[in-house]
Amino acid sequence: MSFRVKDLSFSYGNKRILKGISLNADEGEIISIAGPNGSGKSTLLKCLNMTLKSQGTIFFGDINLKKMKSRQRAQLIAYVPQNISGSFPLTVFDMVLLGRRPYIGWRAGARDFAIVSEIISFMGLSHLMLKNYNRLSGGERQKVLIARALAQEPKLFFLDEPTSNLDLKHQLEVFACLKEISKRDGISTIITIHDLNLAAQ
Amino acid sequence: METKPGHKGHIGHVDQVRTRYTKFARGKLTFIAVGFCILFLLMIISVYVGTANIGLKEVIWAIAARFIPSVPKNSLYYSVIWHLRLPRVIMGVFAGAGLAASGTVMQAVTRNPLVSPFTLGISSAAALGASVAIMFTMSHSLMVSGKFIIIINAFIFSLLCTLLVFVLSRKRGNSAEALILAGIILMYFFSALTSLLQFFASEQELTAMVNWTFGSLSGSKWDEILIVLCVLLICIPIMMWFSWDLNAMIAAGDEEAATLGVNTSIIRNTCLIISSLITAVIISFTGIIGFVGLVAPHLARLVIGGDHRFLLPASCISGAIILILADTLGRTIVSPMIIPIGIVVSFIGVPMFIYLMMINREEYWG
Repeated sequence: MSFRVKDLSFSYGNKRILKGISLNADEGEIISIAGPNGSGKSTLLKCLNMTLKSQGTIFFGDINLKKMKSRQRAQLIAYVPQNISGSFPLTVFDMVLLGRRPYIGWRAGARDFAIVSEIISFMGLSHLMLKNYNRLSGGERQKVLIARALAQEPKLFFLDEPTSNLDLKHQLEVFACLKEISKRDGISTIITIHDLNLAAQ
Repeated sequence: METKPGHKGHIGHVDQVRTRYTKFARGKLTFIAVGFCILFLLMIISVYVGTANIGLKEVIWAIAARFIPSVPKNSLYYSVIWHLRLPRVIMGVFAGAGLAASGTVMQAVTRNPLVSPFTLGISSAAALGASVAIMFTMSHSLMVSGKFIIIINAFIFSLLCTLLVFVLSRKRGNSAEALILAGIILMYFFSALTSLLQFFASEQELTAMVNWTFGSLSGSKWDEILIVLCVLLICIPIMMWFSWDLNAMIAAGDEEAATLGVNTSIIRNTCLIISSLITAVIISFTGIIGFVGLVAPHLARLVIGGDHRFLLPASCISGAIILILADTLGRTIVSPMIIPIGIVVSFIGVPMFIYLMMINREEYWG
């Protein structure tokens, strides 16, 4: 199933930010959106994940994303934001477990724990799993947010400048990780970045 | 030792992660169970301690006498235990638990650790309601049914305040900041009205008004306790049901939480209404008991972390413990006088809060 956006437009009040944007993403495809700061990249992603109300059509296969319920949409789209918000006493494991929220009713089931454990192991976070999120470095936090997004078992993955807080080594690791996951699980990924070198990756 | 991402590791490693977390969660449950035991112990001690010197054996006999007719009943001890001590201890437990739960949820939903159940102005509104009722009942010499009118009026004014807070902050989309701002404005407004009333009141009325604000467990009756229990039994499970959403809300901003399928405005509004309801019911009966709603969540968070599945019960327990300690202290320090619990809690609360500020600054909340 492919992700199709047609004629997307958005304005903040009278200020027009996006006009007539169209794009397609197939399964397992990674699309990088590069541009200078302030060009509306974050806004575009927020329109795509329905945080902001925009004009135009957004479809995944033949599902109209605009008509989806919040919970189902959360099972389809995962979003990794740019700013790493606040400080609060939640362990890394619990943070990643939050990614299962769209699937959990009253209690988390065995499958939820299994998925989270696997992702934590896969992303190399197991030595941090019981550490409080607010004690982590910027790079580690970014990895946790990506892990949380993966826990949603999405088909669409939107990341807003996912490596802006990471050193070069971690940046390459994260991209390698994203490439492998996209291919393995058939996830369409859209990344915004401002560094063209990384886009080439 | 860090492993590279993408390194699958064999199944054993994933199992390790799983087991570690299970142990971690079990540890939290153990803490809660221990907390319960401590609470129960404190309840027994609190019933035992008091001005009337009653031995531990006599206490047990008096309690048993209600349920087992064959047990010899000492009517003095029975009265003291069943009409004076047990009601205040049990009301203290429920009030402490309710205010703590209220505070926990409000802090989560506003993402603000300085928020308490009284941040939205409820205490000032209740005080005004009580003062109005006191003036009314005293000027019409309605002393007997007076207490009932005071309770109802305090409750009505509390709910009115909650309604006003929502109406005032509607323009700003009921955001956390708007709600807090509206609450503070209303708090000042209601306080001013109360002061005005006190200015015009007679000496007798004034004494009663001020006494009401001290917060007391002395007049606790069993039917009041039943009402509080019912409200708690309805509201706390609802809060527990929201545990995941509360976790999401403290872990992410409104927009981010929405991408996890959490409807932040519904959760926020519902939780604030429930918190206000619990708080209004409790303080209508007891008068103003501050600090518990603010401090108990922080203490619980220190021990058990920020995961609301465990934090809510832990907060309730720590709130109950704080109130029982305060009540026991208030009854024994200048025995036979009883210092109102609202006052004692404030005195206990301040050093607790200073302690919280001094230690673990980074770890428990920014």
